[in-house]
Amino acid sequence: MIRVVLPAHLRTLAHLDGEVKLDVEGKATQRSVLDTLEACYPMLRGTIRDQVTHERRAFVRFFACQEDLSHESPDAPLPDAVVSGAEPFLVVGALAGG
Amino acid sequence: MSTVRVLIGTRKGAFVLTSDGKREGWDVSGPHFGGWEIYHLKASPADPNRLYASQSSSWFGQVIQRSNDGGKTWDAVGNKFAYEGAVGTHLWYDGTQRPWEFARVWHLEPSLTDPDTVYAGIQDAALFRSSDGGQTWQELAGLRTHKSAPLWQPGAGGMCLHTILLDPSHPGRIFIAISAAGVFRSDDAGKTWRPMNRGLRSEQIPDPTAEVGHCVHRIAMHRTRPDVLFMQKHWDVMRSDDAGESWREVSGNLPTDFGFPIDVHAHEPETIYVVPIKSDSEHYLPEGKLRVYRSRTGGHEWEALTKGLPQRDCYVNVLRDAMAVDALDPCGVYFGTTGGQVYVSADAGDSWAPIVRDLPSVVSVEVQTLP
Repeated sequence: MIRVVLPAHLRTLAHLDGEVKLDVEGKATQRSVLDTLEACYPMLRGTIRDQVTHERRAFVRFFACQEDLSHESPDAPLPDAVVSGAEPFLVVGALAGG
Repeated sequence: MSTVRVLIGTRKGAFVLTSDGKREGWDVSGPHFGGWEIYHLKASPADPNRLYASQSSSWFGQVIQRSNDGGKTWDAVGNKFAYEGAVGTHLWYDGTQRPWEFARVWHLEPSLTDPDTVYAGIQDAALFRSSDGGQTWQELAGLRTHKSAPLWQPGAGGMCLHTILLDPSHPGRIFIAISAAGVFRSDDAGKTWRPMNRGLRSEQIPDPTAEVGHCVHRIAMHRTRPDVLFMQKHWDVMRSDDAGESWREVSGNLPTDFGFPIDVHAHEPETIYVVPIKSDSEHYLPEGKLRVYRSRTGGHEWEALTKGLPQRDCYVNVLRDAMAVDALDPCGVYFGTTGGQVYVSADAGDSWAPIVRDLPSVVSVEVQTLP
């Protein structure tokens, strides 16, 4: 069970109150977590990753275990603590604007 | 008695303003999609309960929302706007060529007859159509692949397709406008396109009378006379009497002919409205006065409409999609400002009153007249 914490705007868009719990098949990576998330909540497609290229949107970051994973390969394994559900995978709107 | 529903898009959400035919007391609902930029929302002429909204954010990109109950509830529908085939290049601010890149949906134009068909004008400029209520979108790529496209360039707000006019008398005829490329017309439902910019003169481009490259801010038509078009260009108010084949200037006695919106009275095809702005480098009202100008002669002769509008210390702007008319008699005219005010005139512009004064900056205004 992987826990995903979304920013407020995306929780509203997906009609979610709190964090999301996902059963991810196979190896847990950014790509597999986001694929599962988007399959469960299709309205999130395009809001975290580009719909065509699947590149992370410029002002979205991925944090976990006090680390910024945004520039990790989307196919790199996520930390064990995220895979076990001890720590959440955080999708964060970058601090930008005013 | 009729009901009027005014759909407001702002920098921080959507609002729906409702009144009866007197247009005096208003119910305000919103913000819908709070915190998101709502460039445009518009109802289907074929089903007044079917609304579409363009919701976007620099962080989270583009979302399209659809309502089937007049805006009470909304569902996110398809938001995949993929250019068809090879993505070409267009002119960039520095003179180099730059690949097309999707940024946002500026304008949604529902079909005149089918609630499930809707057109989307996007940045970087292209036209998309959905025929399944917004679930999927297909590009009408004949526009973006027009041979002139490498000469198109962004205006200050980006290279946006901001205006879509569907001709009610000629099935398959569509007018669009792009800043800064100009007006294009299709007579075959969007397969092929021709530039419609003859008569425009823009000193900001190397060849002032070039076929494309003009910063057209808005075009408008009266539905009973679709061969007559009115245009607010970057500078100049223009008119065409031959479906865009040629244009002539009708700025006449306007204090400045720079501006963004232009619209036509619901029952008088020769009565048009603009809001002059000081200049291209000073996007606010001249002399601190909020004045709508009305011409009852299809241009040339203009009168300032000021009753009920602030006449001192007012320095807002009125954006291109932020003016609309209702279908009542007398015709109601509405506009929103970058200062968050929405004004209504229930007497075709003779007098004005604010509906709301303190919304976020207004991007778009549309009006539904309901039985």
